[in-house]
Amino acid sequence: MASEEMEQLVRREYTQGFVTDIESDTAPPGLTEDTIAFISQKKNEPDWMLQWRLEAYHQWLKMESPSWAHLDYPPIDYQAISYFSAPKRPEDRPQSLDEVDPKLLETYEKLGIPLHERAALAGVAVDAVFDSVSVATTFKDKLADAGVIFCSISEAIREHPELIKKYLGTVVPRGDNYFAALNAAVFTDGSFVYIPEGVTCPMELSTYFRINAANTGQFERTLIICEKQAQVSYLEGCTAPMRDENQLHAAVVELVAMEDAYIKYSTVQNWYPGDENGKGGIYNFVTKRGDCRGDRSRISWTQVETGSAITWKYPSCLLRGDGSKGEFYSVAVTNGRQQADTGTKMIHIGKNTSSTIVSKGIAAGRSDQSYRGLVKISPRAENARNFTQCDSLLIGDKCGAHTFPYQEISNSKAMVEHEATTSKIGEDQLFYCKSRGIDEEDAVSMIVNGFCKDVFQELPMEFAVEAEALLSVTLEGSVG
Amino acid sequence: MSQVQGFLDQLGARQPLDAEPSWIAARRQAGAARFEAVGFPGRKDEEWKYTDVSAIARQSFTLADSNELSAEQCDAFSIGIDAYRLVFVDGIFNSSLSDVDALGSDVTVEPLSRALADNHEAVGGQLGRLNNVDFSPFSALNTAFMGEGAVIRIGRRVVLDKPVYLLFVSRHHETPVMSHPRILIDAASQSQVTVIEHYTGDSEAANLTNVVSEVFTGKGAQVVHYRLQEAATSEFHISSLHIEQTRDSHFRSFNLNLGAAIARNDIVAELNDENAVCDYYGLFFGRGRQHMDNHTKVHHNAPRTFSNENYKGILDDRARGVFNGLVHIKRDAQQVRGYQSNANLLLSDRAEIDTKPELLIYADDVQCSHGTTTGQLDEKAIFALRARGIDEAMARGLLTLAFAGEVMESVTLPSIATRIERAVAGKLPDRFNLQDLVEAADA
Repeated sequence: MASEEMEQLVRREYTQGFVTDIESDTAPPGLTEDTIAFISQKKNEPDWMLQWRLEAYHQWLKMESPSWAHLDYPPIDYQAISYFSAPKRPEDRPQSLDEVDPKLLETYEKLGIPLHERAALAGVAVDAVFDSVSVATTFKDKLADAGVIFCSISEAIREHPELIKKYLGTVVPRGDNYFAALNAAVFTDGSFVYIPEGVTCPMELSTYFRINAANTGQFERTLIICEKQAQVSYLEGCTAPMRDENQLHAAVVELVAMEDAYIKYSTVQNWYPGDENGKGGIYNFVTKRGDCRGDRSRISWTQVETGSAITWKYPSCLLRGDGSKGEFYSVAVTNGRQQADTGTKMIHIGKNTSSTIVSKGIAAGRSDQSYRGLVKISPRAENARNFTQCDSLLIGDKCGAHTFPYQEISNSKAMVEHEATTSKIGEDQLFYCKSRGIDEEDAVSMIVNGFCKDVFQELPMEFAVEAEALLSVTLEGSVG
Repeated sequence: MSQVQGFLDQLGARQPLDAEPSWIAARRQAGAARFEAVGFPGRKDEEWKYTDVSAIARQSFTLADSNELSAEQCDAFSIGIDAYRLVFVDGIFNSSLSDVDALGSDVTVEPLSRALADNHEAVGGQLGRLNNVDFSPFSALNTAFMGEGAVIRIGRRVVLDKPVYLLFVSRHHETPVMSHPRILIDAASQSQVTVIEHYTGDSEAANLTNVVSEVFTGKGAQVVHYRLQEAATSEFHISSLHIEQTRDSHFRSFNLNLGAAIARNDIVAELNDENAVCDYYGLFFGRGRQHMDNHTKVHHNAPRTFSNENYKGILDDRARGVFNGLVHIKRDAQQVRGYQSNANLLLSDRAEIDTKPELLIYADDVQCSHGTTTGQLDEKAIFALRARGIDEAMARGLLTLAFAGEVMESVTLPSIATRIERAVAGKLPDRFNLQDLVEAADA
């Protein structure tokens, strides 16, 4: 590839960086008990929820920000962040797409995700989150017929307190880690999904997150519960406009799968990674955990991570039910000065549990990327089985790719395998493609897509298309 | 801190060397100060996450005052191998049991105490250059007590005809003792040497051995290093081995761990110039409540350097094994190949293995891989043996031996290979019915 051409692609601007000018009802920066009371009040929450948040806040105060990750970023000033931002007029929120602020719809247009079209064409119910308040929820009736509850978490706190009280914080306790405690104290929105016994959710559920107002951290909280023999596929996609100041994002996702239930959780994340000098960009500290509570339950995490300046994310599975199954498929791409420390934890507790981990890391530019994973086989987990594969591809000589897989095995009938490789794109592969008339850029795209194939084929169709496109844009330019 | 102080109090009991040079006193003080400052490592220390050394910290060890050992006892402990031999009893050199008379003029094999007395400046530059007191609290403790051990120097182009055999015998005492041997291996360019560190002793001994070894390889030098750790299961064994490699040098480590209640081995190689090759082979076999921890690191600091690692662990009863292997490739260390493999066999449900193979890679034109597996014996293989009339217990025993065999194949000295094979077979649990086979092999 010609080097100027390569340079151009590398310097490509973040095409989704634009700012929609909507007045926000934003809390002043800072975090105190008053801030939490303000959030709780804005959300019309019952008192028990406020108390729950305050307890989390007090736990958070006693905790220290984790420093073990292979990440380098300046300390975060939690008092400089505004913890609540909602589009104006939260009290008369639009009930249908027609009532949605045209500017908001425009934002989605720019992203290439026309909400109504997408919803209609793809048959996907979209719970769009613009900043922190859900502004549109479609296909609710169809879901209601099936008995599925799909709403914002704020609504669930008001409408389904019994389910929230029963499940919230049971997978990721408030004091689980620093960022989870922070999230529990100040979460503003997120999705709630409840699939009743025996129901296969009639459509794929999808939420588009979008961070918009400057200086506003976004603290999503998602809770998905699948009762016995229920199934759901949930899609989470993210994009954020260009900013100079770092934006903090600390989300918590909790999944509960009862007997024979199956939850598939897919994420495409392309938040603003910062400019070529590492300025700006999102700090993404996410706690995602699935609890396979019932026998033969199954939780599958699939993620395509291309954005964020800092990623700290370990979607995990607690395999408690006998014969339960956990899966983690990940493609992480870092370019520029991005840093990602990501991986998974598979905790085998039940008998005959199995887990599969496939992680593909691609590091380019001056980025740094780590896979950090834990496979734990507890003494009771008879016949547990794990297969882990993590491969890294390095593009350029200024980036780094690291692997930190932990394995703790205390059962003699367990089978645990781990494989990792690190290499660059093979000259011979490139030569092979080129000798058949494929230009270098296409060849690289082909090889990288092939490298990620194991993960992409796990993605739902709509996401797979988006993921491949994302990968092409994020990466191709940096290949030389 | 009182536990730490208890260890340092023994410094007063240490026999002072004749006319101790000032630099060594300064280094000892630095070691003591460092150890006093950091104390024993805790579980929150990532390097010691899986290894609890509080059993060592709680114990009070004295320093041995005798190096008595009869020639018969010495023969019983040692490997029957034709070698240049230095014998240490509880860390104290025993010259009458040692045998280095036939050495040529361009080769030195002597106890550290003598090297320091004869020409302390010659060792001053290298002692502690690779093992800094910051490396681990045990390194600091070792430095504080530094004074005895072995110095091995091989001149240019010398291919040593026999291996160098360092025998460390640990005796049983009412009050356990501790020793802090210090080993220096300096192989000049194009030289070749094999060094065997062998740790063994009385079956009731409950001492602490805390050894630090430093290996310097000249251009094109070839060094083979064996650590045969067969200490009593009530012993504590801490070791760290540091290697500095120059161009075209080849270092090979074989690390066998069968003994000790707690064994912790660190191996760190610095590959500083092109075409340096480093191979690590290891086998650990824990039973009862033994705890065996192997931490290995390879730093590829230069382009076109190569490393290869293969560690195997067998754990029975309530034994616990830890493996932590790091392959680190520095920025611009291109065209490096680094491979790492760790396979573990759990023979009991109460045994545990914690393994963490790490890759830290900052260069793109490299080939690196690591693989770890943990599991049990292949049922098909057991079936195949049973179909041939071998009972199940013995089939399991044979397959366990075969599992270890892959690493043992890398042992090139036949006398050591046989010795290791028997030691491993001898350690297999009785339920495998292999005793007759082993005895037949012995006879």
